[in-house]
Amino acid sequence: MYEKHLMICGATGCIASGSQSVEEALIEALEKYKIRDKYRLVMGGCPGFCEVGPIIVVYPDEVFYCRLTPQDMAELVEQHLVGGEIVERLLYKGPDVDAPARFFDTIPFYTKQIFNVLRNSGLIDPEIIDEYIMRGGYSAFTRALDLEPAAICAEVKEAGLRGRGGAGFSTGLKWEFTLQAPGAKKYVVCNADEGDPGAFMDRSILEGDPHAILEGMLICGRAIGADEGYIYCRAEYPLAIKRLKIAIEQAEKYGLLGQNILASNFNFKVNIKEGAGAFVCGEETALLASIEGKRGMPRPRPPFPAQAGLFGKPTTINNVETLANIPLILKIGGVAEFSAIGTEGSKGTKVFALAGKIRNTGLCEVPMGITIKEIIYDVGGGIKGGRAFKAVQAGGPSGGCIPAELLDLPIDYDSLNQAGAIMGSGGLVVMDERTCMVDLARYFLSFTQKESCGKCTPCREGTKRMLEILNRITEGEGKPEDLDTLDSLAHSIKDSSLCGLGQTCPNPVLSTIRYFRDEYEEHINDQYCRSGVCKALFNYRIDQKRCTGCTACSRVCPVTAITGEKKEAHEIIQELCTRCGSCIEKCSQDCILITPVGREADVSS
Amino acid sequence: MKSEAAVEIAKMDPIDLSALDPIVEPYMGKKEMVIPVLQKVQEHYGYLPRPAMEGVSRLMRIPLSRLYGVATFYAQFKMKPRGRNIIRVCKGTACHIQGSPKIAERIENLLGVQSGETTDDLRFTLEEVACIGACALAPVIVVNDNPHGRLTPDKVESVLDSYE
Repeated sequence: MYEKHLMICGATGCIASGSQSVEEALIEALEKYKIRDKYRLVMGGCPGFCEVGPIIVVYPDEVFYCRLTPQDMAELVEQHLVGGEIVERLLYKGPDVDAPARFFDTIPFYTKQIFNVLRNSGLIDPEIIDEYIMRGGYSAFTRALDLEPAAICAEVKEAGLRGRGGAGFSTGLKWEFTLQAPGAKKYVVCNADEGDPGAFMDRSILEGDPHAILEGMLICGRAIGADEGYIYCRAEYPLAIKRLKIAIEQAEKYGLLGQNILASNFNFKVNIKEGAGAFVCGEETALLASIEGKRGMPRPRPPFPAQAGLFGKPTTINNVETLANIPLILKIGGVAEFSAIGTEGSKGTKVFALAGKIRNTGLCEVPMGITIKEIIYDVGGGIKGGRAFKAVQAGGPSGGCIPAELLDLPIDYDSLNQAGAIMGSGGLVVMDERTCMVDLARYFLSFTQKESCGKCTPCREGTKRMLEILNRITEGEGKPEDLDTLDSLAHSIKDSSLCGLGQTCPNPVLSTIRYFRDEYEEHINDQYCRSGVCKALFNYRIDQKRCTGCTACSRVCPVTAITGEKKEAHEIIQELCTRCGSCIEKCSQDCILITPVGREADVSS
Repeated sequence: MKSEAAVEIAKMDPIDLSALDPIVEPYMGKKEMVIPVLQKVQEHYGYLPRPAMEGVSRLMRIPLSRLYGVATFYAQFKMKPRGRNIIRVCKGTACHIQGSPKIAERIENLLGVQSGETTDDLRFTLEEVACIGACALAPVIVVNDNPHGRLTPDKVESVLDSYE
């Protein structure tokens, strides 16, 4: 028997913050006290709070230690594990708590969250199937085995689950179409090609709870009459792929995958396909082409994959988070429980990836219908560095920005669409006053332009033309008629592109023009980027009155463009300055100003 | 082109094709497995050398043109030899708004190469990646498999110095 379980976050975010060296130091410290065998260490799933990683949660005490370094481990072992006293120094501290917080329920980041999809993440060892089963895993599937396929589809439909990958189509309806399609051979495909930059919820589910995906696929297979499934996963997620492989192996050993599963007449096997890096493969017909070993290019629909999908057979394609919801719906009483959360048109919870200029970066699962304000200020802890909130980008390159005046917007499929954004996969990238909205639109378009597969002309040529215009504007060569041209191009591309990539890629441009038209006009008419991003459109100047001459800026300047004696106000030689931004990062007095080119006066403060 | 030296070295060192048969063998007759095959071939050689592509084409009975059509479609496949260390600058949204263009620019200036190119001494290849999902650490670069997060332009040099 173990005295305690120590869950070390082993997801990509925490590994990047150094959780592996923390684990090594922990093992070393345990061995020093000769108590290694009393404690179970699990390099497990993700508790979601990436900002404060690496994280260790000690069970059963439920103590949440964060921002750990290898040097902290000796103290943690000595004081907590041996001495029985919590190490206060390593608990969560922040402006949003009065005293160091011991566990989830006292940390503001967690208080508004509901853990349904992320029910097991960080709680179980994702590499051990028994832990998933002990938390009720695979019981929904065994129930589904006794149901008629049509009854399973009906339950999913009744629950009101909509696809979590983008468009938000009814999952139950999608299953029903595939069930009704004639044919003996059918497929289930899990779309784990999470390509939206800034979204990582699918990765976290795959890494933290891979069996939930397998169970979801099994239930889907049973519902639509498929005996084979594919998981199409990004190759950039090696840990997710490793854990999926382990999960499949264990499920096969337990007779949960294979022939005559649990002594029924149901057979199912799961294959993993590694994507090779193409954003367009998130589009379902392109994804199918890629599994078939072809260039990942979409094709016109109909026929829809439900009629003719993978290898020409009826196929259901569901996103990772959608599938992780399925066992929750199919368990006893699941339909009512699921549909009790959320709004009229959007049921259940949604996992969001909070990133950008927000204090609490990480993953959060919240009920549909929560407002953007609650997510950003209550869960997210507000804006980093006390700057002003400017906008949040929802739905990545296919979505749009939501400005400060819409902070009370409830997050559900329909409200987001009306605001010009989309739910997408659930990436929320928060921006402050130092983010240039024109540059942001240019950034997204340069991404989609590069990722456009080139098959249809509106997307291939249209994105290129739009990008050229945006490049010109950010370089100070904008023309007054550019905004109208952008608008008309954007609508043509939306209306006439073949697939979702083209139909949605103008959204970031349209929504930034809609809400931040003045910034575009300032770039075009005044040649000024007030956010200090577009290099040709601003100068850095040092506020002579505030500068204390600390020399922090002149020391980091890579081109020695900053002059001035110690303890005297410094000055930037504009001819030398490359606007690399090193100085403004370093200045602790906020005395480096962003000013229009060629104007001496200080405009920005 | 910056990687001329690399191409020269590749010419001097003929590609050993004996590894190809065991890689392709399990997939013979399964044309839909061409992407996993190319992934394994690249894992072995570090890129997709022309002679290896010809070998795969012959063994799998897929026209070379179609094979190149697939390989050049996906960002993962590299047609040229790469350096000893691969720097991948994360171009995700969170990284972008927190200064990844400035990080990329500093690396380009330090190494004298653009994205997609390799330094003459084969020490570094500079690439981009759409998003590695470590948004809490933005801006991030990944060197080989090691992520370096919360970077500022002035920290870049010391990160690169730690790779030979």
